[in-house]
Amino acid sequence: MAATEIAPTTALPAVPQVVAHEVRPEPRGWTSWITTTDHKRIGILYLVTTFAFFLIGGTEALMMRLQLGTPDNTLLEPQTFNQLFTMHGTTMIFLFVVPVWAGFANYFVPLMIGARDMAFPRLNALSYWLLLAGGIVFYATMFFNPPEAGWTMYPPLSSSAYLPNAGIDGWIFLIHLTGMSSLLGSINFYATIANMRAPGMGWGRLPLFVWATLVYAILLILALPVVAGAVTLLLTDRHFGTHFYDATNGGSPLLWQHLFWFFGHPEVYIMILPGFGVVSEVLPVFARKPIFGYKAIAAATVVIAFLGLLVWAHHMFATPSPTVVLVFFMMSSFLIAVPTGIKIFNWIATLWRGTIDFKTPLWFCCAFIAQFLIGGITGVFLAIFPVDWQLTDTYYVVAHFHYVLMGGAVFTVFAAIYYWFPKISGRLLSEGLGKLSCLLMFIGFNVTFLVQHSMGLSGMPRRIYEYPDIGHLHLYNLISTIGSFILALGILVTIINVLRSVSRGVVAGPDPWKGNTLEWFTSSPPPVNNFDIVPRVRSVEPMKDIRREIDRRTGRSSALATPAPESLVRH
Amino acid sequence: MPRALRAPRRHKGLLVAFAAAVVATLALAPAALAGVILPEHGGSPNADRINTLYTVVLVLAAIIFVGVEGALIYSMVRFRARKGAVAAQIRGNTRLEVGWTIGAAALIVILAGMTFALLPGIREPENSDANGFRASNGGILYAAGPVKRLPPNGKALNICVNGQQYLWRYTYGARCKDAPLNSVFSYETMVVPTGTTVTLDIVAQDVAHSWWIPELGGKFDAIPGYTNYTWFKVPHGMEGRVFRGQCAELCGRNHANMIAHVKAVSPADFEQFLASKKAQIEAADAGAAASRQRLDRNPQANP
Repeated sequence: MAATEIAPTTALPAVPQVVAHEVRPEPRGWTSWITTTDHKRIGILYLVTTFAFFLIGGTEALMMRLQLGTPDNTLLEPQTFNQLFTMHGTTMIFLFVVPVWAGFANYFVPLMIGARDMAFPRLNALSYWLLLAGGIVFYATMFFNPPEAGWTMYPPLSSSAYLPNAGIDGWIFLIHLTGMSSLLGSINFYATIANMRAPGMGWGRLPLFVWATLVYAILLILALPVVAGAVTLLLTDRHFGTHFYDATNGGSPLLWQHLFWFFGHPEVYIMILPGFGVVSEVLPVFARKPIFGYKAIAAATVVIAFLGLLVWAHHMFATPSPTVVLVFFMMSSFLIAVPTGIKIFNWIATLWRGTIDFKTPLWFCCAFIAQFLIGGITGVFLAIFPVDWQLTDTYYVVAHFHYVLMGGAVFTVFAAIYYWFPKISGRLLSEGLGKLSCLLMFIGFNVTFLVQHSMGLSGMPRRIYEYPDIGHLHLYNLISTIGSFILALGILVTIINVLRSVSRGVVAGPDPWKGNTLEWFTSSPPPVNNFDIVPRVRSVEPMKDIRREIDRRTGRSSALATPAPESLVRH
Repeated sequence: MPRALRAPRRHKGLLVAFAAAVVATLALAPAALAGVILPEHGGSPNADRINTLYTVVLVLAAIIFVGVEGALIYSMVRFRARKGAVAAQIRGNTRLEVGWTIGAAALIVILAGMTFALLPGIREPENSDANGFRASNGGILYAAGPVKRLPPNGKALNICVNGQQYLWRYTYGARCKDAPLNSVFSYETMVVPTGTTVTLDIVAQDVAHSWWIPELGGKFDAIPGYTNYTWFKVPHGMEGRVFRGQCAELCGRNHANMIAHVKAVSPADFEQFLASKKAQIEAADAGAAASRQRLDRNPQANP
């Protein structure tokens, strides 16, 4: 029994002395981007890096569409085609959609909750550099032999017996590095959101994008360790003589499928929930109306995340599984339609009886709702397992998940770009180019992917490098290929818009949209310390309260009929 | 009372409209819609039932789609900012929100009900027709064994489907796990008798593959270490039809060319097919035996 006596700290001075150390000038030059721990600069690093990977992944997609433009095409070797779809899927998921949300969340979560920085700034920098390392390691395989077993890497095809080259190992390394990056980032987001909110910002006043980021972080923390374990087993199978996935030695290829999809399905919600958050921020601002059913939307986010952990085997309906298992996963997948439907209804109800200001971010959000609805509906078809037996692993599935991830998540990424670019750069993006981009992307996207449902229904499996000229397959594929280039053109217009506006755009001022949340309280771009004073938060829309209060004090009549509440700014 | 009377009539109208839409879509289906908005079907009752289920869901989905996209477009047009318009500061409406939650849940119950109603006809094999193929020699028709994957009368033509990079091998009248060495087999094209329930054991011998003939039903993965099962029954009158399909699970570089054909023939022709295959196998066996004997006598001989 070793008792330790802690001496009372009476020796310390009663009042701590404030010592002003040397105030260093803000670091400048390109090295400052490497040493930075500022959440805003790390956010920009994330956004630029992930967008670069988006363009690479998009180019891979265009090459595939070119190959599939005509039947029996010989433009690409089958091996190259397999490498392209593996790289495309992996890039878009692990190097674009998941980390692009980490980029936006990095920049905006601290601003939206009135914090000075993330909870662990150096860990934050590490998260970014791990992501970049993952991307570089993965793309380094281009110089020897890129992986060619699809982003799902099903063994036995991904085992050393069938693909002994190191491309698969590069992919495993990517999963570990980006997984570590996301895991550390998620812990950081969780700690930041749980502890660093502005005074008065209870859970019921958290902006919906922050709610979405919180759930994104929790899902990553729950799902990533599973895939990290799964790829480690694959690595030891490939190099160290284990047989986890090797049926000839008592292992099971289905084990991989279960582990992979236990991660893979929550990953879908990891990619789409922050996008839902963006839509829930953008719609009320441009409809000039509060979000309809704040609590329902926040609760639906949590319920989707919970159910999202229970539906993984709906990717495996065609595997040899007992009927009772299929029924369970069909029912759990059905259930997700309820909270998702609630969100869509709430968004439309937010527009209802508003005065909608059709700025580009709202264009992208409306396109998102229209397209995501289609992805949601085809998801119900796929959840019905007897129907899924016809649809799975065909272009119908390709169309479905592009309606969710491209028409869904990527359109919300573009809404976020147009909504938040003025805050990041201090300048507005061109509305004309923005709307042109949205229009081209909307047309291009739907021309590319709507017809892919029919390809799947006429029997075209996914991941094939050529197809015979049977039925309407040539026509469908040609339409899809033409659409993909219209879509690419739309994305190009936004790139031009960003490059032009970053130096020549109209100066935005702190609050160009009359926003609702605290990021619009500070200057654009925000100073290193974000806020000189942090206002006390009294509702979900603190900026509305502040504008109302300023109007009251300056004697201007507010456009809003409601009387202003008491003093809001804490000095 | 009149109010209570009016409501059910309106429901009946809706139900009639819904049923009419389903029937109309199904009636149009074979003509033009398969492969455009409906899955391929027509070669087997289970594929047809999947198509029926798909059609029902499609009609429901179309109603939801038109309703929601309509509401979206209406609000975008009707509530765009205009001079003098003031946005209604509504934060929610509990009754409405509970209403659409229950509505969505009710839809799920309907979908689940439809699925459970049609599932047995898709999953469980049915009996062969009376004039289907009957094996005179034992071993082709299974009358014993685990009944679960067999039709109610326990009789089906069982074929072992073996996926390998990059072709399919079919062993007729045998189970995968105990197929006799002299069983009749073929590659790529499977010959089946009409009016006969064909049950399939599906296995893979290298990487994972997926068996799929769209007009004969859904796909079933062939995974090393596992046996998957499905069935189909090509109706009488379809003799001579060849159904095309291909591997639906990425299996390597030539995945795109792992083609499968199922050729329907009359039971009599099938009998003939088996006989000629058997004769070929016996001839080959005899030839091999002769070579072996030659080699036994003189190891230097050219076999």
